[in-house]
Amino acid sequence: MQSLSDSFLLAISLVFSGDQNLWEIVALSLQVSLSATVLACIVGLPVGALVAMARFRGRGVLLTLMNALMGLPPVVVGLLVYLHLSRSGPMGFLGLLYTPTAMIIAQTILIAPIIAALSRQVLQDLNAEYADQFHSFSLTRGQAGRALLWDGRFALMTVALAGFGRAIAEVGAVMIVGGNIDHLTRVMTTAIALETSKGDLALALALGIILLFLAMSVNAAVQALQQSAGRWAHG
Amino acid sequence: MRDAAIMPLHLQDVSLHLDGRAVLDRITLDLGPVGCTMVMGPNGAGKSQLFRILHGLREPDAGRIDWNGSATKDARWRQAMVFQKPVLLRRSVAANVDFVLHARRSDRTRVSALLDLVGLADKAGQPARQLSGGEQQCLALARALATDPEVLFLDEPTASLSPASVRAIETIVRGALDRGTRVIFITHDAGQARRLADDVVFLHQGRVAAHGPADTFFSNPPAGVVRKYLAGDILN
Ligand SMILES: Nc1ncnc2c1ncn2[C@@H]1O[C@H](COP(=O)(O)OP(=O)(O)OP(=O)(O)O)[C@@H](O)[C@H]1O
Ligand SMILES: [Mg+2]
Repeated sequence: MQSLSDSFLLAISLVFSGDQNLWEIVALSLQVSLSATVLACIVGLPVGALVAMARFRGRGVLLTLMNALMGLPPVVVGLLVYLHLSRSGPMGFLGLLYTPTAMIIAQTILIAPIIAALSRQVLQDLNAEYADQFHSFSLTRGQAGRALLWDGRFALMTVALAGFGRAIAEVGAVMIVGGNIDHLTRVMTTAIALETSKGDLALALALGIILLFLAMSVNAAVQALQQSAGRWAHG
Repeated sequence: MRDAAIMPLHLQDVSLHLDGRAVLDRITLDLGPVGCTMVMGPNGAGKSQLFRILHGLREPDAGRIDWNGSATKDARWRQAMVFQKPVLLRRSVAANVDFVLHARRSDRTRVSALLDLVGLADKAGQPARQLSGGEQQCLALARALATDPEVLFLDEPTASLSPASVRAIETIVRGALDRGTRVIFITHDAGQARRLADDVVFLHQGRVAAHGPADTFFSNPPAGVVRKYLAGDILN
């Protein structure tokens, strides 16, 4: 077993040596989580916009539900997706279990509620400001919704980044439906868990450093976006 | 075939209560098919709320509104309104106008002509919300004109404008009037009302205190609240 400082130095050299195994894992993580973020936005943003604009019975219940779904535990999502995709499950015939596609599905389900709930909040405030003006222009609901999504674009990008941040950092769902198979479904978080338990701290640390760097980049992007939002929002 | 015009407008006993208070109290009013109606009256008289009702943004609690046979909800798309506090989109100046043209399936090459009209051509690429208060009102007017309205509601559109800009806006309004647009205009500026009005409606405490042709309104104002208001006395 290596000492911590040895592992750390090894980790740093791994990050900068272009280790193929390491970067393959990073690339798959990005591919899975970015795909899930895009899909979750395609589903979540229109739902957020619709609920932000609409007034209907049971809206309060729906909002509570959406907010509750934001806190879905990844392992539970993983389990549910597993039950559907396993060979005896209703969608077992697709043969998707232990593939990156299954991981994308699981992460999409995990973060779509986050995107929907957070974008609903953003767009509801914006709609309160714009509603009279939009009525005045006699916009259709679709026109108004699209205009809200566009005018909320900076805030919504931070919403998307929040979703991405949650996806890339979660381990429970991808572990269950991906299976952490080397060269096939191994992503950063599952690799860290495995390598740590095996005692290969160098690889675990190297991945940890990259994950941390990604998290900080997401934060920096959020801040930059908030500044752009301010430029367009204020007089 | 074009639908029948939405003017003349007839209001019968239109009332609005907010927080249990009568903001509009049995308004009965006839506005003719052409020209410029100036709506005047002290702060809180109900002018803006009357506009909101006429523009279909709020339902009155009582009364009847008749747009030459049409209901307000069917007449709204042929109206445009410049709000007392304009709400501009978080986009460039040009994109604000383009948005309306696009939404109305109108000719999108008119953006620069409309910006020219209100003197904002050189600011086309700027974020609209960074414009000055007066420039924002000019942009809101350009956007309203982009819909080619039959009826144009202007809620104190020159309230924060310099004298030169006020004249520029008045020239634009005259242009719209010449093209046959029906203009209904709220102002506190008696000079402006005199310059533009064909008729004047005076609201006071949610009621029509006076309505008549502009020349007699100003040369021989009705006794009471109107005369006091024009003399600068405080009303409430
Ligand atoms: N949402 C609201 N809830 C309760 N009261 C309201 C609301 N909006 C307006 N009012 C009241 O309605 C009255 C009329 O308001 P309105 O905005 O029509 O006045 P106005 O004549 O346009 O005044 P100003 O010249 O200051 O613009 C005011 O006394 C105001 O307090
Ligand atoms: Mg007002």
